[in-house]
Amino acid sequence: MKFLKLPTNNLHEFILNLRKIGEVHIPIKKGEKSFVFRKTNEPEDISKIQLDYHRTILPLKKYFYHPTETMFEFSKTGFVQPEQSSDVHDIIFGVHACDIHGVLTLDLVFSGKYRDDYYFNRRKNVSLIGLSCMPDEFCFCNSMATDYVEIGFDLFLSEIPGAYIVRIGTSKGDDMLNLSGPLLEEITHNDIDAHKEYSLARKKAFKRFLDIRNLPEIMDLEYESNLWDELGNRCTSCGTCSMVCPTCYCYRIFDDINMDMESGKRRRQWDCCLFRDHAMVAGGHNFRQSRSDRFKHRWLHKQQSFAGVFGRPSCVGCGRCIEACPAKIDIVAESNKIQGAKNND
Amino acid sequence: MTNPYMPHLAKIIRIIPQIDDVRLFQIRLEDEKIRNEFRHRPGQFVMISVLGTGEAPISISSSPTRTGIIELCIRKAGKVTDALFRLKENAVIGIRGPYGNGYFMERIKGNNLLIVAGGIGMAPLRSLLWYSLDNRDDFKDIILMYGTKTPNEMLFKDELFSLLDRGDIKCLLTVDKDDTGTWKTNVGVVTRLFDMISLSPETTYAAICGPPIMYQFVLQKLIECGFSKNRIMMSLERRMQCGIGKCLHCSVGHKYTCTDGPIFTYWDVMNMQEVV
Repeated sequence: MKFLKLPTNNLHEFILNLRKIGEVHIPIKKGEKSFVFRKTNEPEDISKIQLDYHRTILPLKKYFYHPTETMFEFSKTGFVQPEQSSDVHDIIFGVHACDIHGVLTLDLVFSGKYRDDYYFNRRKNVSLIGLSCMPDEFCFCNSMATDYVEIGFDLFLSEIPGAYIVRIGTSKGDDMLNLSGPLLEEITHNDIDAHKEYSLARKKAFKRFLDIRNLPEIMDLEYESNLWDELGNRCTSCGTCSMVCPTCYCYRIFDDINMDMESGKRRRQWDCCLFRDHAMVAGGHNFRQSRSDRFKHRWLHKQQSFAGVFGRPSCVGCGRCIEACPAKIDIVAESNKIQGAKNND
Repeated sequence: MTNPYMPHLAKIIRIIPQIDDVRLFQIRLEDEKIRNEFRHRPGQFVMISVLGTGEAPISISSSPTRTGIIELCIRKAGKVTDALFRLKENAVIGIRGPYGNGYFMERIKGNNLLIVAGGIGMAPLRSLLWYSLDNRDDFKDIILMYGTKTPNEMLFKDELFSLLDRGDIKCLLTVDKDDTGTWKTNVGVVTRLFDMISLSPETTYAAICGPPIMYQFVLQKLIECGFSKNRIMMSLERRMQCGIGKCLHCSVGHKYTCTDGPIFTYWDVMNMQEVV
């Protein structure tokens, strides 16, 4: 892979140049402590960028997999799929490693024998530019082995004092750099040393740990543990953890009928396995009637079941679910507890 | 680009009442090419759309050997099936599929086949039944055991009675209770039928579908008879919404009922939580 150096002073101009080839989205401040990816409508918007943000409220799935969408329209005579192709090229700047892993995970889910083109028609028009980060108290990507990425980005910027080391992931990324040729420099041995130092400092900065190697087995053994009931009692089934999760992808499908009572739209909407009716079948039987069963199912799916299908857990350790939970359920601390480990073991 | 979520139009060509809340719908895909290309395996299901109401997964009751028409034996049990029961012959619905794995026909070939059904469980097994009878030479002995609560609740009654005289299948029908006084064959729960036959578990595959309580007792019986757990096939019921292994509504452990199932071996099922 090829590397170049982008001095921090040139970053603004670099992003400005990106606007020539697509719509650039950057992390900006939303509330006092919250961040979102937002499109830069004007060149001046670039100055709003928050380079030291930890996590956005919603992960990148909002770009490819909309909270609700029309799948097709129907009438008495048949089904029509609405035009979905778009020539817009979105460039999302400042994506952390965990979120890139999140997108790669959704790519797995929506591909396969039955390819979901609602997802891929949007996905193919989006470029990702990664950005290194220091963890806060919620991050546990190092435990999930998602703190570094090898694929899934067009460019990846790693911070060193006064500059970024730019890793070029794709030909598209190379094109982006060519727009900013004069802004870039060759990297030196000192830069490599600085990069390694950053990496070591980052490794030491993590405050929470989860041993995922025996977690599925322990969760299986502790399937009847009271801990799940306690957690079920605290959880309110609000679904926030799923909405903010980079790799939660459940959806429900339903029809919206027009006033003529004949035509309408088939739509889909993000769903959540914590919702009461998620595993309900016709006739009213519910395979996960109790909230503790649903809570257990969600975490088991993240850590165990998903791995059974796709080879690795779907959790990317971004910490969103812990930060966003209104009941303050800290799934990592609870997992530590079920594994019998004292915190920070 | 083909969109796997897009149903095809199909016409209800005949509705054959079965029992109170169960009807057999004969469906014909409107598009000739799609109709001719439609191939399914016994045990697979389709997603049916009643436009404006939504979609529901329904197992296919007709055998792949009888082409052109898809038969769906449906109990009125929810929103979509309620709407379907309001439709009349010639009404148009949406259909997509077939989905799921189906019974493991390649493995069953050359073996005895034991089919055990309870109540509405006959619906998916009827496809397997007629498939095996239409390919009779592929199997050794074929045994059907079917039980319902009362004679009036038995599905496909005429068709199944006609099997009683056939020499190439042992058809055992039973009712828990004969409240009509006219029932001429067995009375008692379906497990009682096991006393009437001798089985060779090493060369037999068993396919079971029925209510949870029936599974419990039939499984126990089969294990007592010496069946290996991977020779017992069960059909699981879940509310599939996508049918293509994505939406997660039908997940049981790390299996998707829609793509890994709905047919699972007892061994698979034993290793799952929240199965029934």
